Amino acid sequence: MNDDKQELVDFQILSLKYKTKLTRKYKERKKYRPKNPKEVRSVIPGTITGINVKNGQKVKGGEVLLQLEAMKMVNNIHMPFDGVIKNVYVKVGQKIPKDYLMVELE
Amino acid sequence: MSLKKYILDLRKRREKVQQGGGEKAIKKQVAMGKMTARERIKALLDQDSFTEYDLFVEHEARDFGMDKKELHGDGVIIGTGTIYGAPVCIFAQDFTVAGGSLGLMHARKITKIMDHALKMRVPLIGINDSGGARIQEGVNSLAGYGEIFYRNTIASGVIPQISVILGPCAGGAVYSPALTDFVFTVDKISKMFITGPNVIKTVLGEEISMEDLGGARVHAEITGNAHFFANSEAECFEQIKKLMTFIPWNNQEKAKAFPPKPPKFKTPVEDIIPADPREPYDVRDIIKAIVDDSDFFEIQELFAANIVIGFGRMNGQTVGFVANQPLVLAGVLDCDSSDKAARFIRFCDAFNIPIITLEDMPGYLPGIDQEHAGVIRHGAKVLYAYSEATVPKITVILRKAYGGGYIAMNSRHLHADFAFAWPTAEIAVMGPEGAANIIFKKEIEEADDPDAMRQLKVKEYKEKFANPYVAAAKGYIDSVIEPSETRQMLLHALEISGSKVDHRPQKKHGIPPF
Repeated sequence: MNDDKQELVDFQILSLKYKTKLTRKYKERKKYRPKNPKEVRSVIPGTITGINVKNGQKVKGGEVLLQLEAMKMVNNIHMPFDGVIKNVYVKVGQKIPKDYLMVELE
Repeated sequence: MSLKKYILDLRKRREKVQQGGGEKAIKKQVAMGKMTARERIKALLDQDSFTEYDLFVEHEARDFGMDKKELHGDGVIIGTGTIYGAPVCIFAQDFTVAGGSLGLMHARKITKIMDHALKMRVPLIGINDSGGARIQEGVNSLAGYGEIFYRNTIASGVIPQISVILGPCAGGAVYSPALTDFVFTVDKISKMFITGPNVIKTVLGEEISMEDLGGARVHAEITGNAHFFANSEAECFEQIKKLMTFIPWNNQEKAKAFPPKPPKFKTPVEDIIPADPREPYDVRDIIKAIVDDSDFFEIQELFAANIVIGFGRMNGQTVGFVANQPLVLAGVLDCDSSDKAARFIRFCDAFNIPIITLEDMPGYLPGIDQEHAGVIRHGAKVLYAYSEATVPKITVILRKAYGGGYIAMNSRHLHADFAFAWPTAEIAVMGPEGAANIIFKKEIEEADDPDAMRQLKVKEYKEKFANPYVAAAKGYIDSVIEPSETRQMLLHALEISGSKVDHRPQKKHGIPPF
């Protein structure tokens, strides 16, 4: 049942390199990407139901940027710090997946 | 007056109900490549051993026109029978009757046979093939699921529970199988998910096929929800029957003993393993060289293949094997392999099955994804499961046993009953390269030729520490053995620990790092 034809590869663990096979899950794992504080991303998939800000607008930390309806709840998305809206990437009614870039800040 | 009239009436009633959802629905079932619920029970149990109960149960739903609907057996068949002579309780959802949907009476039939299984202390087998909750019955349907989950939990560790997914099993319904000990799936037939592709598409806009979302292969390889994967229902039933030969009826008994047989596998074990700890081999070959008749029954073969688990027999007695697999991901412990091993260890411990651990691993898998996925709490499950287990626990270190991995893999320090090591064993706090780089950092940096110095120091460290004798000198290893002595040593250790008693402090239950 295992993928017997798969070639052995070098696999580094700490200071040693082992010859071994990789699992599909390991090969398909997501690479880590550090969080960019200037990007407001969705933490849950859902629908955008309201947008309160425009490009170039100055916004205070804690103000509501937009509403994201997910799992039958309307979630207010807040401004993380005092700043300026560089770009709004979503429209009202748009369905977005998880980790979608909604607003970029300056 | 003769009784014939009554008997004929009974037969007519039986016949009618046994048709399930009728000819049309059965044709549809067959067209999907599936057997009917009745055929499945027949194929799985010993010939003519099935006895059915609650054949004439009817649903009580009155809303949404349900009062005019007749649902034979309310879409589920329950009963008792035998597999190789061993008694079992069984239920099979009948997809031809209202899509096998679960209503109040359907659930009551299932909980009745579950109660029976627990009281009689015999294994429970559930064949799942259901569209989910019967929407017309509303909260009664949810109540039914809850009653099933409750019983799955209460019976856990008392009787073996087996789930067979032979059709859709969606939404809340998935949690009964998830609570049971072994989940069997069949390619292209089994489908398990919380929310189906349609909901995912409408709500999230993500598109995926049913097969890629929750097909048998996904659950056998990626999620680890399934323990067995088969290409056909017939193959699946053979797997279930074979599993039944390895496990006891309940937690008060031992698995049935078989006549002892020597291993068939003739390759000397020392020829299987390369001396270089970086070179791979298939650890299953070592198991086959050790177990009776070389018959190793692997569980979760596709999921987290960097650890191998399964049953075999030693002198006719069932034994559970846990072995690092250097062939896949170098045999590391990671989140998935820790989960897989820990759950299996707990099953063996609950059902009086001794555990043999074969160790050859470089440690826990480093990496951001592993750390963020919680390799600390997942990895802790292995420590917990081994420490908690009171069945005989025997470890053989074949080659590498580095760092935390050495402790985790049923070391003496977690109270293994016997710890053996081959002369090839390297028991150390980390690999020689890493250790030498840290201990001799100054010497290496200050040398005229740092690389040459590093090589020299690695070699020194290897000679001095990368062997089983340092641990043996402390009594952490009971015996350094020749590979060819492995089976004999294990047989003897199992014999000695046959009446093992290991008491634990009274408690309601422990709190494992779930």
